[in-house]
Amino acid sequence: MLKTKNSRWLAAPYLVWMVTFIVVPLLIVIWYALTPSQTSAINAAAAADAATAPTVVFTLENLTQIGRYTGVFARSLILAAEATAICLVLAFPVGYALSRLRANKQHIMLMLVMLPMWMNFLLRTYAWMSLLENNGLINRLLGFFGLGPFQLINTSGAVVLGMVYNYLPYMILPLYTAMTKIDNSIIEAAQDLGCNLRRTVTRVLIPLSSSGIATGITMVFVPSVSTFIISRMLGGGSNLLIGDLIELQFLGNAYNLNLGSAMSLVLMVIVLLCMSFTSSFDEESMEGVM
Amino acid sequence: MSKRTGTLMQRTYLVLIFGFMYLPIAVMIAYSFNENRSRAVFTNFSLKWYESLLHNDAILSALALSIVLAVVSSVIATVLGTLAAVGINSMGRKSQLLINNISYVPVVNPEIITGVSLMLLFVMARSLGIGGEGGLFGWATLLVAHITFNVPYVIFNVSPKLRQLDPSIYNAALDLGCTPSQAFFKVIVPQLTPAILSAFLICLTYSIDDFIISYFNAGTMQTLPIAIYSMTRRRVSPEINALSAIMFVVILSIILISNWVDSRAYRRDQQAVRKALSAEGRR
Amino acid sequence: MNENLIVSLKDIVVEFDGEKVLDGLSLDIHDKEFVTFLGPSGCGKTTTLRVIAGFITPKSGNVFFDGQDIADLPPYKRQVNTVFQKYALFPHLNVFENVAFGLRLQKDENGKKLSEALIREKVLEMLATVGLKGYERRSIHQLSGGQQQRVAIARSLVNSPRVLLLDEPLGALDLKLRKEMQLELKRLQREMQITFVYVTHDQEEALTMSDTVVVMNDGHIQQIGSPEDIYNEPCNAFVARFIGDSNIVDGVMLKDYLVSFGGQEFLCVDGGFAPNESVQVVIRPEDVEIVPPQDGALTGRVREVIFKGVHFEMHVDVEGYEWLIHSTHASQPGEIIGMNIAPDMIHIMRRTEG
Repeated sequence: MLKTKNSRWLAAPYLVWMVTFIVVPLLIVIWYALTPSQTSAINAAAAADAATAPTVVFTLENLTQIGRYTGVFARSLILAAEATAICLVLAFPVGYALSRLRANKQHIMLMLVMLPMWMNFLLRTYAWMSLLENNGLINRLLGFFGLGPFQLINTSGAVVLGMVYNYLPYMILPLYTAMTKIDNSIIEAAQDLGCNLRRTVTRVLIPLSSSGIATGITMVFVPSVSTFIISRMLGGGSNLLIGDLIELQFLGNAYNLNLGSAMSLVLMVIVLLCMSFTSSFDEESMEGVM
Repeated sequence: MSKRTGTLMQRTYLVLIFGFMYLPIAVMIAYSFNENRSRAVFTNFSLKWYESLLHNDAILSALALSIVLAVVSSVIATVLGTLAAVGINSMGRKSQLLINNISYVPVVNPEIITGVSLMLLFVMARSLGIGGEGGLFGWATLLVAHITFNVPYVIFNVSPKLRQLDPSIYNAALDLGCTPSQAFFKVIVPQLTPAILSAFLICLTYSIDDFIISYFNAGTMQTLPIAIYSMTRRRVSPEINALSAIMFVVILSIILISNWVDSRAYRRDQQAVRKALSAEGRR
Repeated sequence: MNENLIVSLKDIVVEFDGEKVLDGLSLDIHDKEFVTFLGPSGCGKTTTLRVIAGFITPKSGNVFFDGQDIADLPPYKRQVNTVFQKYALFPHLNVFENVAFGLRLQKDENGKKLSEALIREKVLEMLATVGLKGYERRSIHQLSGGQQQRVAIARSLVNSPRVLLLDEPLGALDLKLRKEMQLELKRLQREMQITFVYVTHDQEEALTMSDTVVVMNDGHIQQIGSPEDIYNEPCNAFVARFIGDSNIVDGVMLKDYLVSFGGQEFLCVDGGFAPNESVQVVIRPEDVEIVPPQDGALTGRVREVIFKGVHFEMHVDVEGYEWLIHSTHASQPGEIIGMNIAPDMIHIMRRTEG
């Protein structure tokens, strides 16, 4: 059906769009990452030459400059990994418990999981800002018991908390989806053959929900490692992440599109590595993303 | 550990997790009724933040922009994406794979990368003199950006339905005298309607919710999330609490209504089936 | 007999959502016995099995295993293994690893894990026993239903449980395979000297395989006995109807060894009823002898004749009751036939309430 030569042309407008606004922009990122910035010495030299020979000079200068920010990249990776691990540990029992509920209850609980996702994440993050402040609700409650006040906001812990809070549903949902496919009798069979709770989890539940775990890790890690809002709102000035660096190069004071592009390129490579790592556990790991 | 303590632990755990997810929102909503500007103490019940929100021109115009942008970009993305899905469906396996993989890029790439890559495109366009001094930045770039991140969702929603269609239906339409385009609009499109509609709704929500991609491509314009962001930059702005409360209620009612419509449709179907069966039985 | 009791249920009550699924059920199971729980769906047979396995904690009552009360023991500490209805094989493991699953969790007397060599030996031996030699590296998805069934049985038996619980294990197989597996299971039970507790709704299966049949309905045990007892001497109308086809007609016990039904008097072998007590009479379809009309104690008009392979199934109208008769001789529809019944083929049951 519809497999006529003519109907292919229906995709033409999109293909033009796709090339112009998906492929070309990525190529421009690479271009910018590999050409000298306006301020650099090479560029000044090139500009001087420009009148005589308008040539393009490629350079690895931007990429090597990133070396100065190794600490920020490491922090991003570590905090995102922490948030992903915490989400996994918190979400695993939730996904399991939801998958064992009766169908009508499952429906309601899923709604409850998704509802906060529909709130704009700026609002959700702002909510934590006011809770964690030095004279915020949490410190007031602690003060009531004679504790604190503690420095909660503007710490790396607050950034991780923000990531966990924002992206926890992205871990719960794929785990839940994977676990609904595990029949109750499989779990009973494991117990019947001698598995206690811990072994049932490690020998049966985790292997059988590996596709959900892989998807969940990707869906939490990617936005966590690339965020700049959560770190800015909850981390203060001292917890810059990759996303903050990139934002500073494009819209901030640092304004250096070439360096920003180089950083974006590195971020893309990190994300690709993460995804090829998780998808090696399961080819269908992108299922359920939609 | 017996079964009963097991379920008890499970319930307690779920309550704790849902508490974690909802308490911050609940606190915000509570403070939206606080007369005091401070987030620390609750003094008196008051609706004044709602009132000042309603008179906040920046927020209101941002809301208007977001709604118009969402509707226009979703309509274009849905048309573009549906046509693309049909076109891709009639291509060979290799081209399908290539196009699908490229279309996945905006879905899986970090939003910040999609945002800056589009921004660079427009910066380059500006340096080529397109759009004058300030370049295209503003309404046009926002629209392009939103269409770009929405089209893949349309394609990935419509394509599976397209593959499930019975091929003979289209041929039957041709056999009964339809021209190919008539057959497409009279037979294929109606069957795809639910998928197209849900794709459209997904586009609307993503578009209204998007902050990061818009942030890099908005120029001086403010969508609702950008306006919210600039509000959070001020340390204390209780209007945000009021806005959160309103959004929460709006989202909750949308979900409840759609749920209610769904279950009503389901019940109606069940009733029709029962009626048909009992009519059959009488015969 | 009491010395070799292995499982003993005492006054077990199980409720789901306030509804009693098992209502004060008591039952003894002897060691090395093949016991079958037989009954319609929802009768509580699977629930009883799951109480023994430990998946259901009864609301009240005791479960004794080898004289020990195990009501609070979790499933993984019980010396029983279960073969599940839809096999419940682990999809992420191959045949070998499925069978080895329980062994890998076991410890020997010194608290050490079993050696890989020992596990391998036991698994291969068990696979050979169930006829799956050479299948150890196959994935579960590459097996037919019958082969998956064998893996499930091997996975349980390899742990040498004292009791093997089987929950309608043959339900998903086709008829020919089912018959084959019935014999196979019986052979395994005899060879391995293990108690089998088998749940089915298929009365033929129950009669073929069991030493003892437990007929259940509505959370109560209706009758316990050998297959012969259950078939020949059903204790109430439910059992009679459920086990095999039977004609159940109203009758009156005139005195000991003399019963009246169908307007005629018949000699029978039952006694101990009150004079003129109203009873139900059970007659198996194959126990009716067809004779010329003038020689028959009863006469009837043949309404329908169906060829069933080994015999003909006839529906005969006798004074307004429809009788079912099996015979190797085919009468013609519309024909009037005579019917005789030997005294020991007439089974008298007391009327059950309701």
